[in-house]
Parts: sequence; structure tokens; C-alpha cells
Amino acid sequence: MATAAQADSGGIFHWLDRSHTVAKPGFSRWLVPPAALCVHLCIGQVYAFSVFNLPMTRLIGITESAPDDWKLTELGWIFSIAIVFLGLAAALTGTWLDRVGPRKAMFTAALCFGGGFLISALGVHLHQLWIVYLGYGVLGGCGLGLGYISPVKTLITWFPDRPGMATGMAIMGFGGGAMIASPLSVWLMQQFATPTHVGVMETFIVLGLVYICFMMVGAVIVRVPPKGWAPEGYVAPAQPKKLVTTEHVHVDQALKTPQFYLLWGVLCLNVTAGIGVLGQASAMSQEMFPGQISAAAAAGFVGLLSLFNMVGRFFWASTSDYIGRRNTYMIFFALGMVLYAIVPWTGNIGSVALFVACYAVIISMYGGGFATIPAYLKDIFGTRYVGAIHGRLLTAWSAAGVFGPVLVNYIREYQIDHGVAKADAYSVTMYIMAGLLLVGFVLNWLMHPVGEHHHMNPEDVDA
Amino acid sequence: MTEAKHHEDASGANKVKLILAWTFVGIPLLWGVYNTLAKAVLLFK
Repeated sequence: MATAAQADSGGIFHWLDRSHTVAKPGFSRWLVPPAALCVHLCIGQVYAFSVFNLPMTRLIGITESAPDDWKLTELGWIFSIAIVFLGLAAALTGTWLDRVGPRKAMFTAALCFGGGFLISALGVHLHQLWIVYLGYGVLGGCGLGLGYISPVKTLITWFPDRPGMATGMAIMGFGGGAMIASPLSVWLMQQFATPTHVGVMETFIVLGLVYICFMMVGAVIVRVPPKGWAPEGYVAPAQPKKLVTTEHVHVDQALKTPQFYLLWGVLCLNVTAGIGVLGQASAMSQEMFPGQISAAAAAGFVGLLSLFNMVGRFFWASTSDYIGRRNTYMIFFALGMVLYAIVPWTGNIGSVALFVACYAVIISMYGGGFATIPAYLKDIFGTRYVGAIHGRLLTAWSAAGVFGPVLVNYIREYQIDHGVAKADAYSVTMYIMAGLLLVGFVLNWLMHPVGEHHHMNPEDVDA
Repeated sequence: MTEAKHHEDASGANKVKLILAWTFVGIPLLWGVYNTLAKAVLLFK
């Protein structure tokens, strides 16, 4: 196995090596969260990719779709491919990332993500959809996966006293990225649009270049702490807590523990419950409150949810530093169950305010689930391979990305086909979501420390 | 493991770096939040 020292390369890329990123005395650890945010604010754009869908159905027809224009169903695959490759890249490159350090990983993520946009611009120019699939979907998706996990271990190492808050800050950026990308993309397309051109290609080029530059700033700023570093005044707890290990588990060994699969299930179920609703939020709010919520108001509702998704990442992950990870997830599942069960009732009494409040809290816990999981992994498996383990656990996200929307869409269709009014069609879905959260609650309740026989030998930890 | 602690530098240069770094990520984030809130207001009108 190659060690961190062996991973150093020569030549012009020497500055990317882990050995060049070790912080010198006097470096402030508070520079690391903005470095992580540089990456996460960019890759969070993926949630806003749908703003390109309609314009890309009019690349030839300009004002309306021509027969040779791409169809929405074909364009939907761009996002799906990107999310699949996010999961694959995170799972497959985690060990490499642990070895080479955050700077090289961020640098590679920037080239992949920004490069994905540039290749997609070529695809738009040539009107070849497969090039867009390859560009944004495959290459961009790899950039997403690499970028997502690249700062996690670094942040946990810099903030042993507040690992939840530190990773929460970075992953909050992923939630906030869409809020920047959506209006920015629309504005850019308006600037580049002409009577004979929709402006997508130029927007892709600008976004690709901007994202490469922005992410590179993060790669330049990021540092890893010197070996044995601890924050000033920090004293590791003398009496370790039951679910916070001081040992380390190898990434390959982690996959042999029940704890990995319990956490996989916990993340998958928490995300499934949120992601299905997030994708249908606009239609759901209008159908549950006909005449009360207009299309414009529904867009505002979606915006509000993305805000709570972002804030929840920071709030819940930070809270988990004080109340513990397992308790935090207990709240997600227990409170989530109650709120999902209440939602149909809010529709029955026609209370938009209560409906919005319920969903705001639900979505904050959806985001909180993403942001709290790295610290939960650190507590259970130690810090040595937390980045690589996190990468493999993110396959739960990919799975939930399929389960969630399928559950919501198909149950709704089934209900309407069987004569249920549109306003009531979501009730069963909500109760099923509450049931999923009950399963998640049980999985989380079953969590216990990893057996000692899975722990690494101390000499292997430093290798 | 050794306890190799080092003191964080609270010098002016470090403070400037911190302000620049947080401003660099803070401005686009606040712009995104502002745009989102502006849209969300429609929900309550």
C-alpha cells in the first residue's frame, strides 16, 4: 500500500502534494472552512442544473422546441448521471484522497467539475447530447464526488473539539450552492441570449471557468495540521464516551462491520424521506392548497426549503457536537415522523403557515442528516480513514436519489388513478415517509461501538 | 501520539487573510440567500 509520503509527486505539480500543505506555525484553522466552502459552494450547483433544462429544449427552435431539439426526458438524464458518478467517485477515490491529501483532491475536483461544463458547452455547440452526458454527467459527476469528500477529513482533524460544526459549515455550502447558481445561470443566459441563440453554451463556458477559479482558491488556501496537532487549550476527554472511539478502523475493515450498514441505512432513509418531497415541493404545495398557493408562491416555497436545507446543515451538525450524533438522528427520525404525520392534517385545515413550518423543519433535518454523518463516522470509526469511509457511505445518497422520487411520484400516480383527489393524493405518501423514518429510528437505536478486533494496530495508523 | 500544539497567530496579517477568505465565500452566499428570500416573500403575499 502506498503511504502519504510515497504519494508525493515531482515537477510542476509538487505544490499539490500533501507535504506542501502542512500548516506552518501561526496558521489559523478558521481559514480551512472557507477553503472547503470554495469547493462546496461550487459543486452545490448540481441542485440548480434544472434551470438549463427548458432552454436546452429550445437550442434549435429558440422560442419553442423544434422537432430535432432535445426532449426534457433526455435532458433529465444529465442530472441523474452526475449524481450516479458523484456516488461512484466518492466511493472509489476515498482511499486515494486520504493518501494524497485535500489540495490535490480539490485541484482534481475543480478540473473535473469545471471541465465538465466546458465539454458540455462543446456538446451544446455541436448539438450532441452524448457529449453533454459525458461532460457534465460523467466528468462533472466525478468532480462532484471528489469535491464533496475532499475537505471532510481535513476539517475533522482541524476541529477535534467541534467536528460537527466544522463539517456542517462545508456541507452547508453544498446546500447554498444552488441558491447562487440558479439566479446566476438565469442572469447569464439572459445576457448571452440573442434572437437566434438561447445562450446556454456561453453560460456553460463562463460557469466552467468561474468554478475552476473559485475551487482553485480553496485548493490554495487549504492546509492539513502537523502531525499530533491539537487546538490550543483542547484536552481530549479522559473518559471516552461510549459512541465516540479513540481508535481507528481501516476503510476495508469498516465495510465488514454492522455499524457501516446501520449508518448506510440511517443516511439512506433520512435522505429518501427528504429528497422525494424536495423534488415535488412545488407541485405538492399547489395541489394541497389549490387557490391558496400560486405557481410564483410555490417557487418561493421551494426557495424557502432550500434555505432551510442549507441552515439545517450547519445548525444540526453543530448541535450534534453537544447532544451527540445518535441523539441528533433520534430527533431527525422521531420529529420527522410526527411532522410527516401532521402534514396531511395541515392540508385538511387549509393552514399554509403550518404546512410551510412543518416542511421547513423536515428539510432542515434532511440537510442536517448529510452534514452530521461525517462526524458520526468519525465517532464510530475514528479519523484515520473517515474520508474514504464517508465516500463509500455516500452510495446511500445515490440509492436514496432513486427511492425517494420514485416513492413519491408512483404513490401519487397510483392514488390519482384510483380516484383520490389531487389535494389528498399525498397523504399516503406522507404516512409511508413516516414509516421509513420509523425504520431509520430503529437502525439508529441499534448503533453500538465497533468491536475491538476491527481496530487498526497503532503502527499501521501512522503508516 | 505527541501533543504538538501550536499557537494560532492572531497577528494583523492573519486577520486580513481570514477576513479576505470569509468575504470571498460570504458575498456570493449572502447574494444567494438574498435572492432566495426575495422569492420566498411571494409565499406570504
